[in-house]
Amino acid sequence: MLEIKNLHAQIAEDGTEIIRGLNLKVEQGEVAAIMGPNGSGKSTLSYILAGREDYEVTSGDILFNGESILEMDPAERAASGVFLAFQYPVEIPGVPTMTFLKTAMNAQRKARGEDELATPDFIKLVKEAAGKLSINMEMLKRPLNVGFSGGEKKRAEILQMALLSPELCVLDETDSGLDIDALKIVSDGVNALREQNRSFLVITHYQRLLEHIVPDSVHVLYKGQIIQSGDKSLALELEANGYAEIIGKAA
Amino acid sequence: MVTPKSLAKQRKAGKVMSVVSIAKLTEAEEMLFSAYDERAEKSSQSDAAIAVLKANGLPTRRVESWHYTDLRSVLKNVPAEVGEAVSGKVDTLVGNASLLALDALSNHEKADFRFDDAIGQLNGAFATSGSSLNVGAGEKLESPKEIQNAVEGKAAHTTHTVSFADKSSGTVIERQLGEGGFATSVTNLKIGNEAEVSYIIVQGKGVEATHLGQINVTLGADANFTLFVLNTGGKLVRQEIRINVAGEGSDFQLRGVNLIGDGQHIDVTMDLCHNVPNTTSEEIIRNVVTGKGKGVFQGRIAVAQIAQKTDAKMACNTLLLSDEGDFSTKPELEIFADDVACGHGATFTDLEPSYLFYLMSRGIPEKEARALLIKGFVDEIVEDLDHEALEEAIVSIIDSWLDQNG
Repeated sequence: MLEIKNLHAQIAEDGTEIIRGLNLKVEQGEVAAIMGPNGSGKSTLSYILAGREDYEVTSGDILFNGESILEMDPAERAASGVFLAFQYPVEIPGVPTMTFLKTAMNAQRKARGEDELATPDFIKLVKEAAGKLSINMEMLKRPLNVGFSGGEKKRAEILQMALLSPELCVLDETDSGLDIDALKIVSDGVNALREQNRSFLVITHYQRLLEHIVPDSVHVLYKGQIIQSGDKSLALELEANGYAEIIGKAA
Repeated sequence: MVTPKSLAKQRKAGKVMSVVSIAKLTEAEEMLFSAYDERAEKSSQSDAAIAVLKANGLPTRRVESWHYTDLRSVLKNVPAEVGEAVSGKVDTLVGNASLLALDALSNHEKADFRFDDAIGQLNGAFATSGSSLNVGAGEKLESPKEIQNAVEGKAAHTTHTVSFADKSSGTVIERQLGEGGFATSVTNLKIGNEAEVSYIIVQGKGVEATHLGQINVTLGADANFTLFVLNTGGKLVRQEIRINVAGEGSDFQLRGVNLIGDGQHIDVTMDLCHNVPNTTSEEIIRNVVTGKGKGVFQGRIAVAQIAQKTDAKMACNTLLLSDEGDFSTKPELEIFADDVACGHGATFTDLEPSYLFYLMSRGIPEKEARALLIKGFVDEIVEDLDHEALEEAIVSIIDSWLDQNG
């Protein structure tokens, strides 16, 4: 499903290398967690997967369903099934959330050669998905993310994920800025989307999120490389002992 | 001394050129002045108007208020034929609006002519027709009134007179239409005490048109006035907005959208005078420039010495979408009172890359994502109109501009 091969990437503007030979495989239906200390390249990895221009891949490859996505722009990657739930979703004034959702859903349908959604069908889908995430429709009439609380923004991300039904969901520190209740709503939302042909890459700093979204595999990212992989017990080990021990072993 | 009367006398005697001395006339000036000389219908007022224009010539960049629109050099020529603007060739902007007729000007309407700048002078010299509307005291207009001012190919000049008496309310739409030609259009609007008025100017002319517009407004006590200006068309456009806040407790709101494409020059110049205490105003102008488009916003806010507690805010935000585009903005605050809150701000940006990335990361192709962001940037202030049908109509004009230029 997702295969990252010896990936090297740098900040386009100043050439600082962030990802330094990263290898990772995520199978279909697998929930893989990426953990790592601050500055290890976690968010960079999520941006590179989504195709942000600020980063430049210098070598290696990213295969999604066997095909390289490096030449695809962010919209093409999304249409092919990659979704990034942002750590800090931007507020976009003037663009109503509903208009945005409809444009995005129809753009993806169009890219896949499907018919556009009729407005009543679209509204029905949004209402259903929003209800499950305790999002009221009034909130969706507002401009995209504008004035949303931290928790509302994260819920809106999961709403988009549910509506766009991607094959690969990248969650970038989705737990940051969430209180316990919001964390529960968001993880329930994610868990509801777990299915056989959908994979998740859950990027997080803390083990806390992984109590709610239980991963199949855990990978430790440090200085742009995966230095250790294991099952969910690795996350508990990290929580108990910190990153220092594993980093020490790798060095 | 040169007075209109003495000029008129001299003209009759064929001496006019000898008393007026300006630099060599431009082609446009020659055409304008000879068009006036050939006019059958003249009055002492039109004589006075053309006299000032002949004495000064068209304004150049040395005239401060025309600094960014050097009319004398950019107005290459004007159509030789002077005709009449027409109305009623297109449907009204919103379904329930009623069209006002374009009629010959009455002497009463001519009495409102102001010749203190080039647009007023040109209009005063040539205008023969216009629409008029008088809303009586306490009268509430149920649906909008619409003025249509369509000019095709030739030159045409109109003066519109609108008044809202005390405690009346309503919405007026002024549409500037036509594919080409040269037009001046002056609107004189009086708003009485406690009146609530919205005035919408929609200029969507063809890319060959020259349009010089002016609206002069007097605002009474406790009145609320919203002016919305949308410019999408024209090759050379100047819209002047002159507001005399003359009644205490009144509020003025200006919202302006200028969508400026390749080869267009669009200038909005506002002169807002808070002349009495306890009044408020807010101006928000949003501009989008593509290709080699050029735009100007000049906003002058003058607060008289007695106009204490004035609260005036002005913002001009521009999306410059091309390296070859150009936008000049000049805020000017002239404050003589000592207890006021006045502020202004201007921004120039390209589309925010993080917004674009966010939209594209949801599968929206770049062109569509850009259009969505540009639309959001201008739609935001259309919402301030608070009139659903009108908002829809204006947004659909914006959408079709974006389809062609975005």
